Amino acid sequence: MRESGKTRQINFHVTRYNPESDGAPYVKTYPVSVCEGMTVLDGLHHIKENLDPSLVWRYSCRMGVCGSCGMLLNGRPALACNTQILHIADADLTVAPLPNFEIIRDLVPDLFSMFEKHRAIEPYIARADQTEIEDPQGEFYQSPEQLEAYLQFTYCIKCGCCMAACPTLATDARYLGPMPLAAAQRYNADTRDDGRPGRNRLTGSSHGAFRCHYAGECSRVCPKGVDPAKAIQYLKRQLVLDYLHLARRKQPCKKMSGPGRGEPLPNIVPAPPKMV
Amino acid sequence: MRETKYWTWHMAAGVMILFLLGLHMLIMHLGGITHLFASHGGEAISKENSLWRDSTLFFTVTYVLLLGVALYHGLYGLRTIVFELTLKPAAEKAVSLGLLILGLGMFGLGAWAAIAAHAIARAGARG
Repeated sequence: MRESGKTRQINFHVTRYNPESDGAPYVKTYPVSVCEGMTVLDGLHHIKENLDPSLVWRYSCRMGVCGSCGMLLNGRPALACNTQILHIADADLTVAPLPNFEIIRDLVPDLFSMFEKHRAIEPYIARADQTEIEDPQGEFYQSPEQLEAYLQFTYCIKCGCCMAACPTLATDARYLGPMPLAAAQRYNADTRDDGRPGRNRLTGSSHGAFRCHYAGECSRVCPKGVDPAKAIQYLKRQLVLDYLHLARRKQPCKKMSGPGRGEPLPNIVPAPPKMV
Repeated sequence: MRETKYWTWHMAAGVMILFLLGLHMLIMHLGGITHLFASHGGEAISKENSLWRDSTLFFTVTYVLLLGVALYHGLYGLRTIVFELTLKPAAEKAVSLGLLILGLGMFGLGAWAAIAAHAIARAGARG
């Protein structure tokens, strides 16, 4: 934590809950001296080191990459490491665990249900040709346009903020939710993938893509700028086109036999001779 | 893909409702301007105009079609709301079946009323 610069006292209203000893979650307030640039994660560290060592939360990378520190900050799901306190609070800051999940303890949500749904949609490139899976014979060619079709959905860090913001998931625990559905679209849109028919069974189920009300909250809160709401609309369109047999036949992805299709690309300086 | 089928028809029913309710608005509520399908002149809701429309096959078919698409669209929407209460799969099946029976029953009753009105109006027109 930086000590220089002007400081302001912010009251952290933190939701505390220990299922082993508490009947229900309750809020405890901690005054924290905050200076410019301090993140909510810094504030929580300050509380743990100076005010209450029993406070529990989950974090890892501290740079908005791992997606561990998703929590509800002033009523909005966000990453604690990615949110500066003075950007969202003047005097009070409420910190609560992500809603739509069970609480393990204090600010730690149980993300198991999300990862279970994520696993169910087969979030990997599935090939129809089993021999290629077992014995890959070369690289697949993908144009920049084909990459663009799914690129933004690969930026998802599985922090659960979109799931916490989803109003459908708040009432329907069996709804797949924005993260798994966006992951399904990420692989469906990949030209190397043949797994769409399998995923359609789940994404087109009674708790799949059609339950999305298009509130758009998932896209609004995503700390990585992913647009899961858009992915779900793409999924709906593809499901309907598949049902009506109007979907454009997917062209099999071209394969390159080795770098440069076996031919050295022009204007490449030859590698220096081996020294060892 | 069953849900995809239901949802696709739900959307198609929505488009049909848009067209059929538009027709209803033009005839019944904007009749003073459009004078559409008011063969006897005057108000669209007058007894003569109503009987004339009831005697026309086009309107009988339209009534039955509107009833069908509106029931399907509305009951599917209701089913969606109920499903969001995180029901067990068996309860979901029971809800679907219940709404299907309710929808078919209401459609049967409404279609019978439209066809009966058509027959009465035709008989009246013949004297």
